[in-house]
Amino acid sequence: MVPATRLRILKSAVFILCLLPAANLIWLAVNNGLGANPIEAVTRGLGDWALRLLLVTLAVTPLRRLSGWTWPAPLRRMLGLFAFTYVVLHLSMYLGVDQLFDWETIWADVLKRRYITIGMLTFVLLVPLAVTSTKAMIRRLGGRRWQRLHRLVYPIAALAVLHYYLMVKADIRLPLIHGAILALLLVLRLPPRGWVCLPPQGRWSLRRPGA
Amino acid sequence: MLIRPRPFLAEREVTDQALYLDRRRFLANTATLAATVLTTRAGLAAESPLRTPFSTDEERTPWDSVTSYNNFYEFGTDKADPARTAGTLRVTPWAVAVEGECRKPGTIALEDLLAPSLIEERIYRLRCVEGWSMVIPWRGVALAALLDRFEPTAQAKFVGFQTLHDPFQMPGQRRPVLAWPYVEGLRLDEAMHPLTFLATGLYGRDLPAQNGAPLRLVVPWKYGFKSIKSIVRIRFTREQPPTSWNLSAPSEYGFYSNVNPDVDHPRWSQKTERRIGEFRRRKTLPFNGYAEQVASLYTGLDLRKDF
Repeated sequence: MVPATRLRILKSAVFILCLLPAANLIWLAVNNGLGANPIEAVTRGLGDWALRLLLVTLAVTPLRRLSGWTWPAPLRRMLGLFAFTYVVLHLSMYLGVDQLFDWETIWADVLKRRYITIGMLTFVLLVPLAVTSTKAMIRRLGGRRWQRLHRLVYPIAALAVLHYYLMVKADIRLPLIHGAILALLLVLRLPPRGWVCLPPQGRWSLRRPGA
Repeated sequence: MLIRPRPFLAEREVTDQALYLDRRRFLANTATLAATVLTTRAGLAAESPLRTPFSTDEERTPWDSVTSYNNFYEFGTDKADPARTAGTLRVTPWAVAVEGECRKPGTIALEDLLAPSLIEERIYRLRCVEGWSMVIPWRGVALAALLDRFEPTAQAKFVGFQTLHDPFQMPGQRRPVLAWPYVEGLRLDEAMHPLTFLATGLYGRDLPAQNGAPLRLVVPWKYGFKSIKSIVRIRFTREQPPTSWNLSAPSEYGFYSNVNPDVDHPRWSQKTERRIGEFRRRKTLPFNGYAEQVASLYTGLDLRKDF
């Protein structure tokens, strides 16, 4: 198969995979499968997948560094944009369906409730990344500046985990698991002592003597 | 041969088993019952002879929702967990230890504990601290008369309650999410208030395990977590007893935890609530709509400080 065709198939498959959680929620909603509090179930389900997809996006680079595989790299933008899409849907559920655009209450929530403050901040920081995700924007900003801007994703992911942690009442196991995965993904970005990142795959390799 | 059509008999019209088995107690209770029925609106009385004037006539939350959306951390922290996992709870035999500042302490089998009491149905609103609410037809007994039988002394100022502690039956207790066993408490006058109820059933059936079988507290003007489930110990005390959520996060959960739209929880606004099954949030009422009956318990108390 031609590499371009292979990439197209891969992208289509991942695209469909990323739609499945949303499709599942719709299916459950139609079939009365969301339980006693469907609004809460949908809001939380969308938030869960926003965070999961953000972590998957952040797994692309470590995966390449460790394995040398180059095929996940072209998927990164789509994964990131899907994470953003789930964030937007998650936020829309809260604003539109849960609070019915009662802006006074929403603003009071943003100011008063730390997990909502953090959640809103996470969304606000994500917007410039989503807006600058196109090829044209990369060109306009220049690779270096674009990369610097997009490093925002690290604090954003940490804020997303914090948002989850603060929302939970007592059982902090799941937020901690997500936090641990994020920490691992960030640590894996650091080169092991004496190793360097070698082109063309960008894989970690032992520094050759004298190199 | 004479063939008669079978008369239709709805479940709610069937006399409660406990009552029809015990004719003498039934007769003894008749006077109380008559008084109750007379003070109840005719329509309600006809539907269930045991329904008291404390009941709301709001639309009841469906059985499926009441029994599948539960905060009962002893069986997992997801609200869908208890309905799935609470099957491990063995409710017979069940005994309750009554102790502390009373003249007749003792450990007593559940049947004996309930036997002298009048079984009632009460339809109460339940407001969870998380901002959702239900309307639940409980079956059970008033707490006051039951406590009186143990003759609390003049030193008794509070009543503490404790849930069963058995990690084999309650898998959620294998992780220290809360300091097990779950404990709750009321001031004695709160416990003796006519609204305060011990439930043994809902919708005319025995309590499902996930709803706190076989015996749970129902204090309708307080947030749901005060209504402790699967009670094995009742203790009269001089001092305010510890309560689980207060121990877990003292800044978030007070001893009183009266439903109060004006005192926000750090995580949730308490101004509104979502009635399970409804789309729009509704305004939360002070004392969950029971202010007329209970507000006088708290005169002189700063409800912002003693939340």
